[in-house]
Amino acid sequence: MDFLYSITIAPFLDIGSDLIFFAEVLIGGLSAGVMYSLVALGFVLIYKASGVFNFAQGVLALFAALTLVGIMEWGVPIPLAMALTMVVMIALAFAVERLMLRPLVNQEQIILFMATIGLAYFLEGLGDTLWGSNVKKLDVGIPDVPFEAGGMLLQTFELFAAATAGVLVAALAVFFHYTRIGRALRAVADDHQAALSVGIPLKTIWVIVWSTAGLVALVAGIMWGAKSGVQFSLSLIALKALPVLILGGFTSVPGAILGGLIIGVGEKVGEVYWGPPLGGAIENWFAYVVALVFLVFRPQGLFGEKIIERV
Amino acid sequence: MLYRDTGQFKTSYASDQAVFPILQDRIGVIAVLLFAFLVVPLIADDYWFQAVLIPFLVYALAALGLNILTGYAGQVSLGTGGFMAVGAYSAYKMMTAFPDLHIVFVFISAGLFAAAVGLVFGLPSLRIKGFYLAVATLAAQFFLIWLFNRVGWFYNYNPSGTIDAPTREFLGFLITGNQATPAARYLTALAMLVVFCLITKNLVRGRIGRSWMAIRDMDIAAEIIGIRPLSTKLTAFAISSFVCGIAGAELFLLHLGSVETLAFDINLSFLVLFMVIIGGLGSILGSILGAAFMVLMPILLTNLFVGVLGMQAVTAKHLEFMVLGALIILFLVVEPNGLARLWQILKEKLRLWPFPY
Amino acid sequence: MRTKGLVLAVASAAVIAASLFATPASADITLPSLVYRTGAYAPNGVPFANGVRDTIALINAKGGINGVKIKLIECETGYKTDVGVECYEKLKNEGERGAVVFNPLSTGITYQLIEKTWVDKVPVHSMGYGRTAAADGRVFKWTFNFPTTYWSQASAVVKYIGQEEGGMDKLKGKKIAHVFHNSPYGKEANPTLETLAQKYGYELILLPVDHPGQEQKATWLQVRRAKPDWVFMSGWGVMNQVAIKEAAAIRYPMDHFIGNWWSSTESDVVPAGDAAIGYKGATFHGAGANWPMHDEILKTVYGGDRAKAGENNFGEALYNRGIVNMVYTTEAMRTAMAKFGNKNLNGEEMQWGLENLDLTAARLKELGLEDFTKPVKVTCEDHETMGPVRIQQWDGKKWVFVSDWISPMRDVVRPQIEEDAAAYAKEKGITPRKCDGSD
Repeated sequence: MDFLYSITIAPFLDIGSDLIFFAEVLIGGLSAGVMYSLVALGFVLIYKASGVFNFAQGVLALFAALTLVGIMEWGVPIPLAMALTMVVMIALAFAVERLMLRPLVNQEQIILFMATIGLAYFLEGLGDTLWGSNVKKLDVGIPDVPFEAGGMLLQTFELFAAATAGVLVAALAVFFHYTRIGRALRAVADDHQAALSVGIPLKTIWVIVWSTAGLVALVAGIMWGAKSGVQFSLSLIALKALPVLILGGFTSVPGAILGGLIIGVGEKVGEVYWGPPLGGAIENWFAYVVALVFLVFRPQGLFGEKIIERV
Repeated sequence: MLYRDTGQFKTSYASDQAVFPILQDRIGVIAVLLFAFLVVPLIADDYWFQAVLIPFLVYALAALGLNILTGYAGQVSLGTGGFMAVGAYSAYKMMTAFPDLHIVFVFISAGLFAAAVGLVFGLPSLRIKGFYLAVATLAAQFFLIWLFNRVGWFYNYNPSGTIDAPTREFLGFLITGNQATPAARYLTALAMLVVFCLITKNLVRGRIGRSWMAIRDMDIAAEIIGIRPLSTKLTAFAISSFVCGIAGAELFLLHLGSVETLAFDINLSFLVLFMVIIGGLGSILGSILGAAFMVLMPILLTNLFVGVLGMQAVTAKHLEFMVLGALIILFLVVEPNGLARLWQILKEKLRLWPFPY
Repeated sequence: MRTKGLVLAVASAAVIAASLFATPASADITLPSLVYRTGAYAPNGVPFANGVRDTIALINAKGGINGVKIKLIECETGYKTDVGVECYEKLKNEGERGAVVFNPLSTGITYQLIEKTWVDKVPVHSMGYGRTAAADGRVFKWTFNFPTTYWSQASAVVKYIGQEEGGMDKLKGKKIAHVFHNSPYGKEANPTLETLAQKYGYELILLPVDHPGQEQKATWLQVRRAKPDWVFMSGWGVMNQVAIKEAAAIRYPMDHFIGNWWSSTESDVVPAGDAAIGYKGATFHGAGANWPMHDEILKTVYGGDRAKAGENNFGEALYNRGIVNMVYTTEAMRTAMAKFGNKNLNGEEMQWGLENLDLTAARLKELGLEDFTKPVKVTCEDHETMGPVRIQQWDGKKWVFVSDWISPMRDVVRPQIEEDAAAYAKEKGITPRKCDGSD
């Protein structure tokens, strides 16, 4: 009975008793959510254009961050180092298209998924070999100081991350809607064969998409790397993006953002208020439960394309 | 030339429906089994048993279980590690709560508990499909691991949270616990794999297996021809989890001997899924070949790089990751349908060899 | 298609054939080193492995132990339990007389090996990690975890907090939070902290963090609300760096934040930058490269090249821990040789050596490690020795000691150890040794 009380009524009383703290939890959740969205975005881009569930997205973020730190260690200034890293990521996109996607064209999704796992293995080994496996400090000059506003403790870093995510999404939206390549990308996402038949070069599109995903991975790598240092564990952030993906839908950019925020808030509120009676560390599965609840009502995610099934 | 089925006529339904319709196959399988049961225990040493053979057999069983769900019924699952954990922890609880329970029933009950849990987590599959389902099964993975880590009852409240395999015997031989010889544990795992391969083979070519495959190939069409998605999907989840649960109990009792929840983490789920895909979806042989590939390849590569080429252990490991990744992609490019399909192609070529036209 | 398949088949066959060659036996002592230079925990694994490697290199360069050289064989585990078991099986019979002792360097692998030691008769030395109950040598004949364990450490940290607060009686009504890696390793300190909470009347707040711990907002929000007077952390890997950053973000006073000895290394504090200044950690050995033994390593192994040594984590906390580990191991070999003669040893002889190890202050001074770590005297009953713990603090560049050596609370910890060991013995049907020389 006590237990039931502690998980049904007590958390709500707790929320009501300190609304400022609750607001802080919400903000904490939102800022965590933004970080999840950054990772989820990369998945969405690739899935949209090539139907590949790219398991290597987390490793891409690790690889990008490692490359960036490695180049910065040579004494290269930050903007140039970022540009050079982008060049590496674009080269990688070419290699992936040529060596992996092209031979596997028209295969089932699960086979492509498996191939990206192979890619993840390969990049993990390559990143470690090239740049070593110690934790590297990543400092690209993002201000990181706590400050107080209305009784709540906030951080400049989090505001910066949110702003970056906002700019990134806006840029992607403009890119998709108002450029020639963007339109071609959407055409490919709609129907590969129809796109091919009107003369859209599939191969080029894939390279562009993987390069864009590389860019998103670089941003995610910088943001996460600034928090924890650049190290192998960065590749595990992919797991944080998965509930966001099913919640937002595999094919929707706004879904990735909104899904990230919902998951972030849901998981923090769950952990802070329901964690203690349940024994703590519930946020990992709680995120999936939140996502599952949404899925039961919308099996294709919040913004996913409606699945039309015919015999 | 030797591998030719000309002249082998089927004169009864029974012989037409045999598991291995071709005589040479039958001989081959019997030879492999005899070798595995009689010769291997005599020639293998501890290293081969502990590091190669036992894990291979255990993972092969897990892959077989997942293949039922993913390969035959078309439901991608990333919750295998969680279901295996259910098997391991329920085996432990059964063994410590009922010390007199026969080991066979321990394994069966481990499977049953896992099946029940699988059934519950299979429910979303009725509404959710494809990768959405795959990610949703991760909920099972994370929740179950959290549960076994959190609730002390599952590990009898010992301060370390690790469970140790109690000692049990079968037909007078110790097969679990640290005193059991590797050979005894190997034979147990082998026997169980053979039994489950037979059961699965007969399941998938019967009514239930055919309805799984119908659901896999197109669930709406299957529904229209009168296959119930509810019971079909749920039986797939239950039977698959049953096998995975037993594999989990094996991993704990026969292979590792003492486990913490970390042994069943998400990496295990992925590993088993790799085995199924690399080996071949919807193929029993594929599960075995996939397990062999994923267990043996890293060990072979390490031994090659360190033992033969004399590399530093760390360089070897990095290289091993790269080579393994490249090999996975290469295999998929060469034959996306898995090792089992390669084997099939080889057999077909052999039947015509040396006169292919 | 067919040729590709054929090439694959031939290549695999070649790999299989090539890997079957065995390494020839030698008269050197086989010392396996289970390391993890890859994977998520490599930042911790690399310095330790380098410390081990360099110490053995130094000892071999000086002629080995009583003229017998040590053959150190690294096996990469990636901190994975099953790979660790594979390493064990591969190396246990390596060399003429098999491996002498295993340092598993992972709690998960330790648990596996404890079960195997009974059969294979090769001792396991889990230095400051693994199964705490193994401290009871009567039950765990083959397992050693000296100089100290998580339980002893937790009691010493509470003692330190008491000292800082101005007496153990001042702990009453205080709040101590334990932020821990949600795994058997992280939970290890909880029973001791709970017992002590009852004894001294402080309030214990338990905050688990799930693996890998890259996102700890919720945990630190809880800390912010509960405002504990002290935070003790049993973290691992990326969890530590993030925790330090998050603690700084909620302006938690760093000098009231204490990490255990796997949470207070250079790789934990350096990525957090200035935020980490003031952060404290428990340890059982010296920090920095200021001992005569370090000079010897620098001269012999690196030819005086300080930059190259620096690249190999020379003098870092975990590097030094590697040195300590090897000093214990080699001194135990010396002890064993005193009884069994100056020759290649086997596991059983090494077990005797470990069990009779008496590393005195004088001997430490001889080795060039005076006051680097405290003397250790292992007995048949006590495989832990409950060595003292010291608190160090990060000043932005290096670790400095801020406390004297603090002895754990034996009266609290030892009964818990014996209780757990007895339970294990009962479950396994082991008759504890009497330790009077008859067994």
